[in-house]
Amino acid sequence: MSALTFTLKTAPQQRVDVSGLTPDALAGKSLAEIAAIELPSGHDKPRVDALFDISGDDAADIVIKNATERLDYIGHGMRSGRITVHGNVGSYLAFKLRKGEIVLHGNTGDFAASGMAGGLLHVHGNVGDFLASAIIGERRGMKGGTVIITGNAGERAGDQMRRGLVLIEGNAGSYCASRMIAGTIGVMGTTGEYLAYGMRRGTVLLNNAPQLHATIQDCGSHTLPFLSLMFKSFRDLPTKFAAINRNRVQRYAGDIANDGKGEILVFK
Amino acid sequence: MIINGVSIDDTFAEAFGMRGTRVIITAQNLRWAYNAAQAMTGFATSVIACGVEAGIERELTPEETPDGRPGVSILMFAMGSAVLMKQLETRMGQCVLTCPTAAAFSGLEGGDRINLGKNLRFFGDGFQTSKVFGGKRYWRVPVMDGEFMTEETTGMVRAVGGGNFLILAESQPQALAACEAAIDAMKKVPNVIMPFPGGVVRSGSKVGSKYKSLIASTNDAFCPTLKGITKTELSPEIESVMEIVIDGLTAEDINKAMHVGIAAACELGAANGIKRISAGNYGGKLGPFLFKLHEIMSGDYA
Repeated sequence: MSALTFTLKTAPQQRVDVSGLTPDALAGKSLAEIAAIELPSGHDKPRVDALFDISGDDAADIVIKNATERLDYIGHGMRSGRITVHGNVGSYLAFKLRKGEIVLHGNTGDFAASGMAGGLLHVHGNVGDFLASAIIGERRGMKGGTVIITGNAGERAGDQMRRGLVLIEGNAGSYCASRMIAGTIGVMGTTGEYLAYGMRRGTVLLNNAPQLHATIQDCGSHTLPFLSLMFKSFRDLPTKFAAINRNRVQRYAGDIANDGKGEILVFK
Repeated sequence: MIINGVSIDDTFAEAFGMRGTRVIITAQNLRWAYNAAQAMTGFATSVIACGVEAGIERELTPEETPDGRPGVSILMFAMGSAVLMKQLETRMGQCVLTCPTAAAFSGLEGGDRINLGKNLRFFGDGFQTSKVFGGKRYWRVPVMDGEFMTEETTGMVRAVGGGNFLILAESQPQALAACEAAIDAMKKVPNVIMPFPGGVVRSGSKVGSKYKSLIASTNDAFCPTLKGITKTELSPEIESVMEIVIDGLTAEDINKAMHVGIAAACELGAANGIKRISAGNYGGKLGPFLFKLHEIMSGDYA
């Protein structure tokens, strides 16, 4: 069996909701049935075969080639299997991902991993704003799973994040971990202004000293035993974070304007 | 059956179903892991008055522990799940939470999940935080030496308690030497503990007493100083009897431990005053597990 491959013929005029192209949604379907699926795109509903050349037959292993920024909701609600994407994609990548793996070789737009509850999202590129955050009207962002970003993240990464692990190997923009409810965010590069603004609980792990606002408080330097347990859990992940082997950190607590049980740990 | 001049009685040890759990204690170094573990398994020789029977199973290298620090594994057994859970929580709170640098982790993946540090977190008075790694929840409780870390739950399984054998010798020092040799060998067997002091018990008991308030009393048939005035089990040359009691996660584990223990005692042999190996039972009427000495010493465990 070979990977079920969707190769975009030409860049679509409108944004396309490709949430229907997940391993569990396509399981057991023939190529003809898959070709006939209609994908919402503005006022239209173009068939899959009008947009993509389709080849392969293993629906558990989906490959999307020639992707563009107009493809939204890749891997929406996915519960199993793997999606590999080549090219840049639009917003809501891995939206409400439950289980399985999504690997993107390119950049993605806003709200990646929003509502994600499990599985792995691995982006070999940059992500837009509101990574792992709650969409407008939702009260909780990412609820579980692992997100690895090899590039940079935009603003508000981890806004209202509830649980799970986000590892950013590059830089994160302003308001990273804002209103964070719980979970772990690691940033190897730099972070922008108002880090952990309104953060309630959770851990932000930093390689570089951040700019701190008034309601984040210094709790001193510590060797924290739980970090060795955390880094051990990183060992098998495909990320630079897997190589970390230090547990001496400067601990900042906050945001004390909102419960103050969150922590920012900066490697010494 | 005679091994190296030691007579093995054609009898059996009678054991009972228990509930068992394993906890891994780690610390900055082995000294402090032992301090916590010894406190946690202290006063845990017999369920008759201690609630649980507990002991240190073995040392763990940093590679074997969840947090990469040196540690020890503890086994704890009780007659029921409610007692085990209560004792585990009490002992965790008083012996591990209190011990500098100590942390506690689940030592059993399977079985029913019971609270390990789940309720200890409230000691943190609202400053406690939890982290989930690999699907397991850990609690971090701020304490004066830094942070106390504990896994939320551990596993509880159906286990076996009360496996035993008796070493009958010509003198007290010889009986003790045989017990020490047996315990040294048995400590290498996984999944078992010998809960009495140093693994050995001298006050073997029988069921009942002449005093109404006592449910058990001295096993006079095996008391050497009563040979002339009671219905004794001892021949004239026996001057001292000691017992080794074994609790294990499975009956198979107890079989193995009894085999290596008896074999080690017999190695000293009749030349060193070891005359007989026997076992404690209640006529086979009470416990569902029977460990027959002849089968253990002649079977697959050799």
